[in-house]
Amino acid sequence: MPLSNRHLLGMQNVPKEDIQLILDTANTFKEILERPIKRVPTLQGKTIVNLFYENSTRTRISFELAEKRLSADAINFSVSTSSVSKGESLKDTVKNIEAMKVDMIVIRHSVAGTPYMLTKLCDANIINAGDGIHEHPTQALLDLYTIREKKGSFENLKVCIVGDIAHSRVALSNIFALKTMGAKVSVCGPSTMIPKFIEELGVEVIYNIDEAIQENDVLNVLRIQLERKAREYFPSIREYVKYFGINSQRLEKNKKDILILHPGPINRGVELSSDVADGPYQVILQQVTNGVAIRMAVLYLLGTLN
Amino acid sequence: MKYLFKNTTIINPEQQLSLKDFDILISDGLIIKIGQNLEYDNSNTKVIELKGKILVPGFLDMHVHLREPGREDEETIETGSRAAANGGFTAVACMPNTEPSIDSAEVIELIKNKSKSFIVDVYPVAAATIERKGEFLSPMLELKEAGAVAFSDDGVAIKTASILKRAMEYSKMIDLPIIEHCEDESLSNGSMNEGINSTLFGLLPLPSVSEDIIVMRDILMAQYTGARVHIAHISSANAVKLVREAKKKGIKVTAEVTPHHFTLTDDLLKTYDTNLKMNPPLRTHQDVQEILEGLKDGTIDCIASDHAPHSIEEKELEFDYAPNGVVGLETSVGIALSELFHKKVLSIEEIIMKYSINPRKILNIPIPSFAEGSKAEFTILDLNEVWTVDKEKFLSKSKNTPFDKRLLTGKPLGIFNKGKLFLNGEII
Repeated sequence: MPLSNRHLLGMQNVPKEDIQLILDTANTFKEILERPIKRVPTLQGKTIVNLFYENSTRTRISFELAEKRLSADAINFSVSTSSVSKGESLKDTVKNIEAMKVDMIVIRHSVAGTPYMLTKLCDANIINAGDGIHEHPTQALLDLYTIREKKGSFENLKVCIVGDIAHSRVALSNIFALKTMGAKVSVCGPSTMIPKFIEELGVEVIYNIDEAIQENDVLNVLRIQLERKAREYFPSIREYVKYFGINSQRLEKNKKDILILHPGPINRGVELSSDVADGPYQVILQQVTNGVAIRMAVLYLLGTLN
Repeated sequence: MKYLFKNTTIINPEQQLSLKDFDILISDGLIIKIGQNLEYDNSNTKVIELKGKILVPGFLDMHVHLREPGREDEETIETGSRAAANGGFTAVACMPNTEPSIDSAEVIELIKNKSKSFIVDVYPVAAATIERKGEFLSPMLELKEAGAVAFSDDGVAIKTASILKRAMEYSKMIDLPIIEHCEDESLSNGSMNEGINSTLFGLLPLPSVSEDIIVMRDILMAQYTGARVHIAHISSANAVKLVREAKKKGIKVTAEVTPHHFTLTDDLLKTYDTNLKMNPPLRTHQDVQEILEGLKDGTIDCIASDHAPHSIEEKELEFDYAPNGVVGLETSVGIALSELFHKKVLSIEEIIMKYSINPRKILNIPIPSFAEGSKAEFTILDLNEVWTVDKEKFLSKSKNTPFDKRLLTGKPLGIFNKGKLFLNGEII
């Protein structure tokens, strides 16, 4: 059974069977990653461009590793956002890349919808590596993979996404994917960081972090942007830490058996205290490992569709 | 040159006129005779057979951006006028967000001079404040004398309540309206309507309350000062309700709506098509329903296109980087006939009121009439022609329309103005 779409633009409308197929395929690749020789010839002869319009270290490296381990030819094309206005237009860049006969484009861009635009501009398979505050599908898939590894199944599993939901592509992709797989999803954060109509997605809103901890099996804790702009949405870091920060006292007071995910990079002492970030409940580094396996699975499944 | 339009229907609700199978004879731009089976001199009369078509008082689009001076790569007074003629308009009112902005008599004179030789009348709307910055009043008395028909800082709302109060007090002296682009600047850093769709599509939200707040402010200020305020491109359900209530109280407020705001919703943005990006943004089905209600009950006085030409290069950018605005002159009437007339939202008389009579009343411009001895200024419509919008056939310099390939019923065939006939895409 192949994937039902030749691009991965987001988790919205990705059917359950596709998610299952990606997670199961990632299992195989994860096993390969444990071998002494971590390379398979699956995508030999395929050319993949990592087109990054926004700074990213871990996502880009994770994709690059995945591409190399599948024996694809990987090319990095980074464009600093500052040069966008005076530089070449997106359309021209994509047309140039296409003229070099590439098979797939992995794109990250600060503007939502840009991966969708790419599907109209060229014939390559497009993978969204994060578009603005819209979606980050491979992050959601690696989160789901990690959750499934630890919890077995999504049926009746309660997952809460904590932090700045309104400005997070990770949140939206997780919500779509988790709901599709049958999990019960809630969000927790300051009300200014929760989209006004989020409940229409079938998501519960919780403003009390202790309640979120008590009622959920999994917390997916998002990074809080510390720059001034984000601070317009809450009074101070101090207040955020006090009312939404997760620390071990809070976990122990409420519940012990909880799984904590974080897409990284962590602001230690803000959304997670250091003892939690390094503690027994978190699976943050497993997420990173699983990220490579998930991206191998996605690249493989898309790259071998006719 | 004489023109004889034969066997046409003539409708003008302002004159309570509705004539079927009449002829109308024009000489030197004046109506000589209206009657049946008129006789004419074969040698110097152009005869146009209009069986099944209708003549209506010339349509006026009171909200267009002609981009000249400043962005002649996107539109000029000449190309904008041709687009207007092609869209069935004998007149347009052009907005002052040019470079330089229309805040001096010199710029008004430039526009008036440039438009003189074209078939369409161009009425400049002058800036309410110098450079539309919301700091100092523009020279409104001089601007009116030069030909300004209204004042607006369109593109933005007049910045503060205090300068708005003074602008209203001052413009009241000369009975010209203030046209307001209603948007609270502090709430306007998004690129689509705030709703479930802005969350789904990952675009920063522009809440409708941003519009409502300024509509309310402006209504209260119009009530307080006794001045006239005209709400440009109304788009939110609440704003329509606010205007309705204000009119009931006798406050001097009028409103216009664009064809895209009574036709399209924000669901369409799932394609991230930048030709669906405008300000105010497309809103929800409920907003559209309230707008249709407002058109029916007279809360909304006019239909105006907010014709906003943009270059292809600019509109091909990523969604957030692309500029706001769509062209509308050449689709407006077709959309209104399809969506309002044929769907029985408005009668043809009501359509004429919103395209011809009401905008002129708001702008104090004489209303064309079908009477012997009057200036001939009319639009020729075919209410039943089925046609497909093709942006490549636009006479506008820009092609940024959300309606390309749309099938429409009802088409403007041409206009007559300034002694000239524009029919089926060209001057005859």
